[in-house]
Amino acid sequence: MASDATTHADIVIDARGSFCPGPLMELVRHIRRASVGQVLEVRSTDAGSRRDIPAWCQKAGHTLVGIEDREGYTAILVRKER
Amino acid sequence: MSLVVFSGTVDKLMPVAILTSGAVAMGMEVEIFLTFWGLDAFRKGRPETLTRMSRDYEDLAPAMAALMREKEVPSWYTTLRAAKEIGPVTIHACAMTMDLQGLTKDDLDDIVDDVVGAAEFVDRAREGKITLFI
Repeated sequence: MASDATTHADIVIDARGSFCPGPLMELVRHIRRASVGQVLEVRSTDAGSRRDIPAWCQKAGHTLVGIEDREGYTAILVRKER
Repeated sequence: MSLVVFSGTVDKLMPVAILTSGAVAMGMEVEIFLTFWGLDAFRKGRPETLTRMSRDYEDLAPAMAALMREKEVPSWYTTLRAAKEIGPVTIHACAMTMDLQGLTKDDLDDIVDDVVGAAEFVDRAREGKITLFI
């Protein structure tokens, strides 16, 4: 985990190379320690994350800020709401 | 979600661990009942060393195992442990299998929470919406 000045995320979770449901599990772990309003960016190479993470956001009451396809990975941005 | 884990092979324990992770991520409680070969895989020292795969797929299993090593897929045991840290996962050992093999709770890996009978497990499973036999 490291802050990344080039994005507007407060917390960047680099889960590239991790398999389903690894990136989601990393997000669940990190969001507990984050503050309400912070944006977490999950970097994933696992195709399941694109569907799993939005479904989880809906269930857990957080906001899916966006899904960005970047070079070699997908960035999924989530704002902690509660 | 309740899982009856009858199988003790890596290829069946992987989905046990992954489905458990998905369930706790979604805020569900998971109850796992280990019986027969499933319980055997949780004897002390086994989870870390288990390599056995289903014979049904013996022609494909070595390639699958090699792929999992190459891509550094975490083991089913590591994944299950991580799931247990994230949410409520209770792992029960089948009393009948324990009796049959003369095992006590001390013979099992510490991820196992308790020893229960079939009736108690089924009674707990009744509360859940999903029950899978793996």
